[in-house]
Amino acid sequence: MKQISEIREQIISGLAQARPDAPDINGSTRIVQDLELDSVAVMDFILSVEDRFDISIPLDRVADIVTVDDLARVVEGLCNAERA
Amino acid sequence: MSILDKFEQLRHTFERVGSGGHNPFSVAFDRIDSATEGVVDGRRVILLGTNNYLGLTFDAHGIEESVRAVQTQGTGTTGSRVANGSYAGHRQLEHDLAAFFGRRHGMVFSTGYQANLGMLSTVVGRGDHLILDSDSHASIYDGARLGHAEVIRFRHSDPEDLYKRLRRLQGTPGSKLVVVEGIYSMLGDVAPLREIAAVKREMGAYLMVDEAHSMGVLGEHGRGLAEAAGVEADVDFIVGTFSKSLGSVGGFCVSDIEGFDILRVASRPYMFTASLPPAVIASTRSALQRLAEDKALRTRLNDNAHRLHGGLQRLGLHVGPHVSPVVSVELEDVEVAVRCWNALLDGGIYLNLALPPATPTSRPLLRASVSAAHSPQQIDAAIEQFARVTRELGALPAEAPQIDFAPAHASAG
Ligand SMILES: Cc1ncc(COP(=O)(O)O)c(C=O)c1O
Repeated sequence: MKQISEIREQIISGLAQARPDAPDINGSTRIVQDLELDSVAVMDFILSVEDRFDISIPLDRVADIVTVDDLARVVEGLCNAERA
Repeated sequence: MSILDKFEQLRHTFERVGSGGHNPFSVAFDRIDSATEGVVDGRRVILLGTNNYLGLTFDAHGIEESVRAVQTQGTGTTGSRVANGSYAGHRQLEHDLAAFFGRRHGMVFSTGYQANLGMLSTVVGRGDHLILDSDSHASIYDGARLGHAEVIRFRHSDPEDLYKRLRRLQGTPGSKLVVVEGIYSMLGDVAPLREIAAVKREMGAYLMVDEAHSMGVLGEHGRGLAEAAGVEADVDFIVGTFSKSLGSVGGFCVSDIEGFDILRVASRPYMFTASLPPAVIASTRSALQRLAEDKALRTRLNDNAHRLHGGLQRLGLHVGPHVSPVVSVELEDVEVAVRCWNALLDGGIYLNLALPPATPTSRPLLRASVSAAHSPQQIDAAIEQFARVTRELGALPAEAPQIDFAPAHASAG
C-alpha cells in the first residue's frame, strides 16, 4: 500500500519543480488557479505524475481534480487498486 | 447577472486579440475568387490559410456534377439516412471510398467532426478503453466524451509512452482502441505510425487513424499516412473528412471489420442528423476520382510544401519538424504574433493565427497551409511578406533556429 501522505509529498515536490517561484504548496493548493499553470503545463504535469506512479489517470477523473489533495486521492486509488 | 457572464474572461481575450486591426477569429471574406485568391476588407489576398490541399474547390468537373445534382435531385435531403432514407449518391460515395482505400466497408457522415463523434462514441463502450494521442483534434476528444469508454492519453507521437500505457492495461477486460492522426493540423507533424502500429500489434489493441490532413497528401496513391508508412493492414479504422483535400464538406470511416454496418443503427451522430445534400455528394465523388487519378496534384502540393517550409526556415523562423502542407511558424509572444498576422493580411497574405491554449506548445503559431493550386510565385510572395513583416516587427528568434531533419517515416510523399 502506498500512503497518501507520501504521494502528496511527491506531488508537491513535482509541482515545486514545475513552478519554482510558487510560494508554499500544500494539500489545499489549487493546481490551476493558485499555480497559474496553463493547460499544456497541467497536461505535462499530469503525464509526469502518471509516469512517477506508473498509472494512467482517466480523463473524466482528471476533470474533477482541483487541489493537490484531490490529485493525491486519485493517485492513491489507482496505485492501490492496481496492486490489490 | 447574465447567463453568459461565465464567458467574461474569454470575451476579454477575444476582444483584445481583435483590437490591433482585424480579428483573426472573425475574418469575413468579401469574395473568394479561386482556390488561392480572395478579397478581405477590400484587399486582394493570397489564401494561405485554408485546408484546400489539392485546390479542388473550383474544379470544373466537380462544379458541373454539383450543379447537375442540385438540378436533378434538389437542394437537400431534409432528413437522416436511417429515418428518411438514403439517396443513391450516398451509397455510391461509400462504395467509392471503400474501393479507394481497399476496404470492405465505408460509411459517410455529415462532417469530419461527426465522423469522429460517431465512431469514437460507438465502437468503444462501457468497460472498453480509448487511448488518445495527447494532441488530438477537438473532435476526437469530444467523441471520447460522448461515449462511455474509459479515456486515457499518451504523450504526443510517442510510441514508447503508448506501449507503457497499454502494458498497464494488460489483463484489464475490454477492447482497447488507440487513436492517432496522420498529419497533425497545428504543426504539420507526421505521426510515427509504423512504430505505433508495431505497439498496437504487440499489445493486441485496435487502431484508428484520422487521415483528415493526410488523405490525398501522403502515400503513393494518396491514401494517407497508413499507406505511406506501409501499415494499412494494422489500421482497423480510417476516418477522414471531405472538407480538406476533397474541397467539400462531410466525413467518413472505412474499415474491414466484420459486422461494420451495425454502426449505422448504433451511432447517434450518424442517425440523428440530416444526410449530406446531393450537390455535396456529387462534387465529393468527382474530387475523389480526381485525387485518385491525378498524381501530379500531389507532386505540386509537395513541391509547394518544400518551397514554403524551406523558405521560412531560411529566414530563420521556427517552422514545424516535418515538411508537410501545413507550415506553421512558432513565435514567442502573443502580441507580436497578432501584429504579424495583421501585417501579413495587410500585405496580402491570409493565413491562420493559433493562440495558446489551442496550440501544442503554449506558444502562438502563424499557421500557413499550401495547396497544389498555388503557383511558385504565390509561395515566393508569401515568403517575401514573412521576411518583411517579421523583420519589421522584430519577430525573428534571437538564437539560430534548430534544424530538425525529418525522420525516415515522415516523408511527405
Ligand atoms: C484531425 C481532424 N479531424 C477532424 C476534423 C473535422 O473535420 P470537418 O471539418 O470535416 O468537421 C478536422 C478539421 O477540422 C481535423 O483537423
